[in-house]
Amino acid sequence: MEIGTLTFDATGLYQYSWLLIAIPALSALLLLTFGPLFDRKAHWLGVFASCASCGYALALFYAMLRTGAAERAVDVPVAEWISAGSWTVSFGLQIDQLSILFALLITTVGSIIHIYSVGYMADDPRRRRFFAYLNLFIAAMLLLVLADSYLTLFVGWEGVGLASYLLIGFWQHKPSAAAAAKKAFVMNRIGDLGLTMAMFSMFAWCGSVSFADVFAKVDGIDPGWVTAIGFFLLLAACGKSAQVPLQAWLLDAMEGPTPVSALIHAATMVTAGVYLIVRSNAIYALAPVASVAVVIVALVTIFVGAWIGCSKDDIKKVLAGSTMSQIGYMMLAAGLGALIGPVAYAFAIFHLLTHGCFKANMFLGAGSVMHATDGDVDMRHFGALRKALPVTFLTFACGYLAIIGIPPLAGYFSKDHIVEAAFEYHLGVGLAALIGAGLTAFYMTRLLVMTFFGKARWVEGVHPHESPKIMTIPLILLALASIGAGVALNAWIIDWMAPISAVAGETHAVSWMPTPIGIATLATVALGVLAAIWLFGRCEVPSTPPQTKNPLVIVGRRDVFGDVINDTLVVKPVMALSTAADVVDQSGLDRMWNGLGKGTLALSQLTRKVQTGRVRSYALVTVLGALLVGVLLLIGQLG
Amino acid sequence: MNPTLLAVVTLAAVLFCIGLVGVLIRRNALIIFMCVELMLNAANLLFVAFAWAHGGLDGQVAAFFVMVVAAAEVVVGLSIIVAVYRARRTTSVDVPDALRL
Repeated sequence: MEIGTLTFDATGLYQYSWLLIAIPALSALLLLTFGPLFDRKAHWLGVFASCASCGYALALFYAMLRTGAAERAVDVPVAEWISAGSWTVSFGLQIDQLSILFALLITTVGSIIHIYSVGYMADDPRRRRFFAYLNLFIAAMLLLVLADSYLTLFVGWEGVGLASYLLIGFWQHKPSAAAAAKKAFVMNRIGDLGLTMAMFSMFAWCGSVSFADVFAKVDGIDPGWVTAIGFFLLLAACGKSAQVPLQAWLLDAMEGPTPVSALIHAATMVTAGVYLIVRSNAIYALAPVASVAVVIVALVTIFVGAWIGCSKDDIKKVLAGSTMSQIGYMMLAAGLGALIGPVAYAFAIFHLLTHGCFKANMFLGAGSVMHATDGDVDMRHFGALRKALPVTFLTFACGYLAIIGIPPLAGYFSKDHIVEAAFEYHLGVGLAALIGAGLTAFYMTRLLVMTFFGKARWVEGVHPHESPKIMTIPLILLALASIGAGVALNAWIIDWMAPISAVAGETHAVSWMPTPIGIATLATVALGVLAAIWLFGRCEVPSTPPQTKNPLVIVGRRDVFGDVINDTLVVKPVMALSTAADVVDQSGLDRMWNGLGKGTLALSQLTRKVQTGRVRSYALVTVLGALLVGVLLLIGQLG
Repeated sequence: MNPTLLAVVTLAAVLFCIGLVGVLIRRNALIIFMCVELMLNAANLLFVAFAWAHGGLDGQVAAFFVMVVAAAEVVVGLSIIVAVYRARRTTSVDVPDALRL
């Protein structure tokens, strides 16, 4: 691509943008190989690598801001990757408006969480390894978002899957953590199947899997196949972003250390599915059926996530349910992009960015609470922590206000846009999004009340104390982002994203005054907050979960039967199949071959008797043989 | 058929049968060995007789070959017999049974 119009510095910045990925990748490699040499200080290398990458991303972003909108998107070829005959796959990076936003989110939130982890993991003997994995994750995630083709994206996609697996199972001595890691890995493979099938289809139709080629040739693909590719990509997004029906792994993923939950399972990796759909907007524009499917999946997930959030007592699982639900909102906007106008893609990314800030904020807050209560996660053992943990409480409250959408905090702007877009598409979808917002307010208020208010229900021997500064400062930074990100990005992001979603010239009214729908959303949110206070704030919360006959609560506590459905639909049939295969193997194949062996043995027992070892009987047999030959020859002559 | 040839062929057949029966019924390895030689020489006799009758030299040459091979065979065979005798103090072919099942 012609980049001559850029200043020299900017060109250089673009050219070396692979450093963004290479720095954390190299750091991960160093930590894993030579780390033991400087074990006690090793984590600082991880923090430095992440911060260096962040600095590079900021510089790149600044350079992009200074260039004109037309020249911002640059394809940076790095190397030729696969070359087979006339067919080549190049390894390149695409620096554009969408990927730089992701790179900024990943590196800034990632760096903040790296710093937090220095305090959080201080007592862990394997802290160096933890930072190596975090760096590996940062590198893989950056590769995912900066890739210029689906194949390169897939490498990053698998890389974050690997990092996620390693980090969920980081405390591998706990069988539950090891099982959760395996579960996440296996369920993600199902999603990966979707991505590979999408790539195969693209390659069959377009002869290439690079974004530029595929989007240029998408018009020529058979409409049925475009829809199929849309569904394949949706399957991939469902796996990575924990959307129904591949949602069950995210709750178990909370077995990992809390910074991991904040970085991977809230702020960045789980939003990769949204990125994939927004990036593939050219495909969804031609596949309205697939877009409607995205909307339906999103709506179902909004409710399933909220349902789980409402009924769990484990603070991290409530937040995980909330993450599912909020990603549902992003997916909703991403699906609406093709249905009501590409501006919805910008809303999806907007909510993704604000959510990355406030959800990371709340997860780290939850980590701080766990740090204070010896690793307890049961909210029924909390209560009245606001006095003991003032900084954690205040920062958590910022995140809380942001997620339920109180103006002027971040979530208000980003969620309001999505609700309005949903109403613009269909009244029912809009109402569903509206109710989802109310449910968000309900479960988050429940979490806040049970954790920080009411009477102390602390387990004996627990003396909550505020976390050290290395943990509270990241909390404060993220709280500031939760407060300010909405105002800062609100008007700007739609113009910024315009070239990606190809809506040049389209203007979307962004008013600072709440619209009628905005007021309705606020009213629903207020209702949710009041309901939660009414239910959980008035009377004392029992420290064991009360027996209930309420089917909603029972179903919610069992993760909306996520595991049961997986077991019946996938695990049990596969187990039955393997058992059947084993039976066939044991009683059919094995018996056949064993029988053949035994038969051969019996036959040899018969024939070995011929070998008498008597020379004279051998001689006799020889003579008889010679006679036989002679007789046969004679008969031949006569005949 | 030439009466002389007939007589020679009959002699050869008788010699061969004596050798064959000897191989089959005797136990002494040396006797068996001599019987084998007898069979070989019966064959030689036929070679020579038919060569004489047809006026060709092929049979004469073949007889030499058989003699040479038989001489070589005698060397190997006798040394085996001597070795077996040294080990087992017998020349009976029925006694050594190490290879028997």
